[in-house]
Amino acid sequence: MTANWQGNGGLVAATVLGLVLLLALPQIVDPVMMIELTSYVIMAILALSLGLIWGYGGILCFGQSAFFGIGAYAYAIAVINFGDSTIPLLLSIIVPGLFAALLGYFLFYARITDVYFGVITLTVTLILYKVMGATSGSQYVIGAAPLGGYNGIPAVPPLNFPGRPELALSFDGLFYLSGVTLLAVYVGLRLMLKSRFGQVVVAIRENERRAELLGYDARFYKLATFAIGGAIAGLAGCLFANWGMFISPDVFGLAQSAQVIIWVIVGGTGTLLGPIVGCFAIQWIATKLGAQQLLNANLVLGTILIGFVLLVPKGVVPTIGDALRRLKFCPYVAPLVEQRRVP
Amino acid sequence: MTSPDCILETRGLEKRFGGVVAIASVDFTLKQRELRCLIGPNGAGKSTFFKMLTAQLKPTTGRILFDGVDITRAQPHHVSRLGIGIKNQVPDVFNNLTVAENISVAARSRHGKARAGAKGKDVMERLGLTALTGRLVGELAHGQRQWVELAMVVALEPKLILLDEPAAGMTADETNKTAELILEVNKSAAIVVVEHDMQFIKQIAQTVTVFHQGRVLIEDTMEKVQGNELVREVYLGKSEDD
Ligand SMILES: Nc1ncnc2c1ncn2[C@@H]1O[C@H](COP(=O)(O)OP(=O)(O)O)[C@@H](O)[C@H]1O
Ligand SMILES: [Mg+2]
Repeated sequence: MTANWQGNGGLVAATVLGLVLLLALPQIVDPVMMIELTSYVIMAILALSLGLIWGYGGILCFGQSAFFGIGAYAYAIAVINFGDSTIPLLLSIIVPGLFAALLGYFLFYARITDVYFGVITLTVTLILYKVMGATSGSQYVIGAAPLGGYNGIPAVPPLNFPGRPELALSFDGLFYLSGVTLLAVYVGLRLMLKSRFGQVVVAIRENERRAELLGYDARFYKLATFAIGGAIAGLAGCLFANWGMFISPDVFGLAQSAQVIIWVIVGGTGTLLGPIVGCFAIQWIATKLGAQQLLNANLVLGTILIGFVLLVPKGVVPTIGDALRRLKFCPYVAPLVEQRRVP
Repeated sequence: MTSPDCILETRGLEKRFGGVVAIASVDFTLKQRELRCLIGPNGAGKSTFFKMLTAQLKPTTGRILFDGVDITRAQPHHVSRLGIGIKNQVPDVFNNLTVAENISVAARSRHGKARAGAKGKDVMERLGLTALTGRLVGELAHGQRQWVELAMVVALEPKLILLDEPAAGMTADETNKTAELILEVNKSAAIVVVEHDMQFIKQIAQTVTVFHQGRVLIEDTMEKVQGNELVREVYLGKSEDD
């Protein structure tokens, strides 16, 4: 009974909780905050993508925003050209997924070490920042879409009901769509991690040589995980382009890449809930800090990060989860908080 | 050509680490379902030899043939898929996964979900790990972790099993159980065992190969090997004195 609850019951409970929040929040939160909240939800999808590849795949990626930005640009460029958003939405998932697969192919199959992998992925996103920034001028056009250099692409058309461009997504609609997407990605990843594929991914993170001696090609599993993470980040980028109706090279910037890493560290690697919680908490604090003049926001955020690394090294969610398990509160609440298994 | 009853053959196998010659021109053959003991003093090259057989190290020169396939330049996962399983000298397990998960990852490399489940259960019972299924492997005692690694290798159902010091750190009782397990698994797989424990070797030995300074010193029955002057000098002499 307990085992079953901990297996699928926890997942069902998490899903129900997510749906309740999704329906309740617009009723109790004021409209201005809803705009903020929608961006948190979108960024949480990005955080989940890094939570997967770093926390479970053990792949140290410092440039997760590269895939986020590619997804956003792929969507914006395609939707300006096509009018209907169905194919652009798919492209925002496929293009960054393929880009991650290609990058991963060269890096994993060359057996690049972790640190170099981190540095190279960071470099890639910074190169994209420069490259997209250098596209100001009327010669840099893809079809009907001017790339606009550092000014970016304004007036990105919103998502529409598949095949019906006149049925555009409202801003409320974007909140629900983002929320459902976040929930679907979360549930999908939890199921994936329970499958054979997910087990092997975690085993490779734990001990790559042993996994290979058991017959698994670590390079392939890492490549696949990385590509899935890239695709998810790209989807978040598409939603982000919808949220701002605008996209610029800033999505590839250092600040964006660093933020994602901070969310995952604060929330806790090795869980899926952690990156979501970390993303919401840090962004909420940043918003509150931005509204006051007393303290420098970046200084406070930096202090919070250092505090976390020193005092709560596992991150919020795993620490709470461990406490719940110790309190024997476990069977009913703890399954919501997946157990973290990272050294 | 390799004869059909030969499962493993190395020809002129050599491994140098910079100036150090760890393995120097080893010609080694093993028959199907043979049980071979490999002994030799520390630094003789036993672990290096095993690592080359499983593609954890690339040979400097020479060839390795397994079951008629040249695996000299193969990848580790490929060698495993062909049917070689290894227990490394240092416990090589998934520390942050449970015992059951460790064995499941191994069993599912070869079998579908249902068969892997049955196989895993069977292996855990045979190795007396059933009581530990939910425990994290990193929290277990050294000897128990050795068992988990053994169980993973057995769950793979390899055609050739390489065991690098499987009884190290085990109690006399555990060592006995390991010997019994090896004899049982040997009914369906060829095995090469590296060990220092002479009691243990005597319990299972048929043919014994002695490595010394990266070369095969002698290959014979346990009695002949023990009686050999050269062997006593480099190896047995020392261990029988203490
Ligand atoms: N990775 C390595 N780099 C350099 N030298 C090594 C390495 N691995 C083993 N050696 C050397 O190769 C020789 C054989 O070592 P090893 O195979 O571990 O011996 P054994 O297992 O018989 O004790 C030793 O001299 C050892 O120092
Ligand atoms: Mg050794």
